[in-house]
Amino acid sequence: MKKTKNIFSLCYLFLLLFVSCAQKENEINTSLKTHTSKVVNLDEIDEMSIYHLPAQWNTQDGKTIELKDLNGNILVAVMIYTSCKAACPRLVADMRNIDKKVGRKNNKNIFYLLVSIDPVTDTPERLKLFSKENKMTEDYWIFLQGTEETVRDFANVLAVKYNQISPIDFSHSNIISVFDEHGVLRHQQEGLGVDNEETVAVIKKLSN
Amino acid sequence: MKILCTTVLIFYILFVKGQNDNMAYVAGGKFVPLYGSVNKKPISIDPFFLDKTPVTHQEFLSFINKYPKWQRNKVKKIFAGENYLEKWPSDTNFPKELQNSPVTQISWFAAKAYCECVGKRLPTVNEWEFAAMASQTEIDARKNEAFTREILSGYETPNTYKKEVGISKANYWGIYDLHNMVWEWTLDFNSIMISGENRDKNNTNLFCGASALGADDLMNYAAFMRYAFRSSIQANFSINSLGFRCAQDLKEKG
Repeated sequence: MKKTKNIFSLCYLFLLLFVSCAQKENEINTSLKTHTSKVVNLDEIDEMSIYHLPAQWNTQDGKTIELKDLNGNILVAVMIYTSCKAACPRLVADMRNIDKKVGRKNNKNIFYLLVSIDPVTDTPERLKLFSKENKMTEDYWIFLQGTEETVRDFANVLAVKYNQISPIDFSHSNIISVFDEHGVLRHQQEGLGVDNEETVAVIKKLSN
Repeated sequence: MKILCTTVLIFYILFVKGQNDNMAYVAGGKFVPLYGSVNKKPISIDPFFLDKTPVTHQEFLSFINKYPKWQRNKVKKIFAGENYLEKWPSDTNFPKELQNSPVTQISWFAAKAYCECVGKRLPTVNEWEFAAMASQTEIDARKNEAFTREILSGYETPNTYKKEVGISKANYWGIYDLHNMVWEWTLDFNSIMISGENRDKNNTNLFCGASALGADDLMNYAAFMRYAFRSSIQANFSINSLGFRCAQDLKEKG
C-alpha cells in the first residue's frame, strides 16, 4: 500500500514539475507567436530589456497587456498603491510634473506607467477610479495590476523595495524609472518631490 | 475511510517524503522577528518544508542542463549580473572541489527559477528566520548566548562557501548549514528596508550596529547582519557568499 502510494506520488510530483516548467516555456512561445507581426523578437531585444519579463498585466481599462506590447515607446514607471495616503500622492504629483515639463511634442511616444504594489486591492476598476480622481485620464497614463509574483519580479528588476505592513498599508521605495524604446532602464530618480530636471532631460533626450 | 486516507497521507508526508527528498518538516509557530512585525506582535508561521541543505553545485548543474537558458553565457543580463557563475570554467562545468558545496554567484531570478522547476519555491524571510533560530535542541535558541556567538563567529570566518553541505550538525528541525556557510536568498528579500528611504513612521526606530554591542542585544546583532545584508542586495546580484535553498508548502507535497 505504502509503496504503491509512493510511486503514485512520485509520478504526480514529476507530472507537476513537468507541467509547471513546460507551461512556462509554452506561454513564452505562444506570446512570441502572437507578436511576430510586431517585430518584437525576444532573441533580438537587448539583454537588459524589461520586455524579457513574461508577465501579463491588467490595465485600468480592463485590457490585458505584456510589457513588450509597449515596445518602441519611452516608458516612465513608478510603483504605487491607491489606498496610500502618505508618499504616493506626492509620487503621483511628481509623475504629473514630469509629464508637464516633458510635454507631448516629442518624436517618440511616452507612456507613464503606474504599477500597483497591491494587486489584491487595486483592481482595474479601482485603478480607473484613481486615474479619474487624479485627472490622469489621457491614454498615455497606464495603470497596471499584476499578481503578487509579477509585481515582485517587476520591483526586483527596478530594485524597488516594498513591504506590506497591514492589509491596506505598504512601505516602499520612492523611485521613478525611465526606460528607452528597447525597454532598457536608463535613469532612476529616488525620493519625494526631488528636483526632476535630470529625469526630464533624460526623457526628452530619449524621445527625440 | 477518509480519516484513514488522511492519516496515511500525513504519515506519508511526515515520514516517507520528508526523508526521501531531503526536505525537513518545520512545524511552524509564532515568533517575533527583528523586522517585519508591527509593534513586536508575534508573527504566525504555517508549517512548511525546507531543504535540509543549501542547493549544491552538482544540483545546480543538473538544473542548468535541463534549462540551458540559465547557463552563464546564455542567461539574460537583466536576470543575472556580471558575476553570475563566474568561477565555472565553462557553461556546464563547475570547479571540481565545489561539487558538494553550496552553489553561489547565482541571482535571485536564477534561484527562484530553480525552485520552481523542482516544484518548490524560495522560503520567505520569516520562514527562513523561523527555521534558523533553532539550535540542535531548541526551537528558539536566540537567547542562548553560545548559539548566537557561534553564528557571529561564522560571519567573521572567510570562505565558508567552500565547505561541504550537510556535514555540520543538524538543528532541531533536521536542517543543516543555515548558519556558518553562506547567506541565502529569500523570496521576499526586497521587503527589507533598512535605510533613510523608508518613510514609514512605524519603522523609524532603526537598529544601529554600534548600539548592538551590549550582551543583551547579541541576538539582535546577528539578525541585524542578515537583515542589513538583505536590504543591501538586488535581485540580479551574483555574490560569492550568497546561495539558496528551497521551501515547499504542505499542500504542494503529496
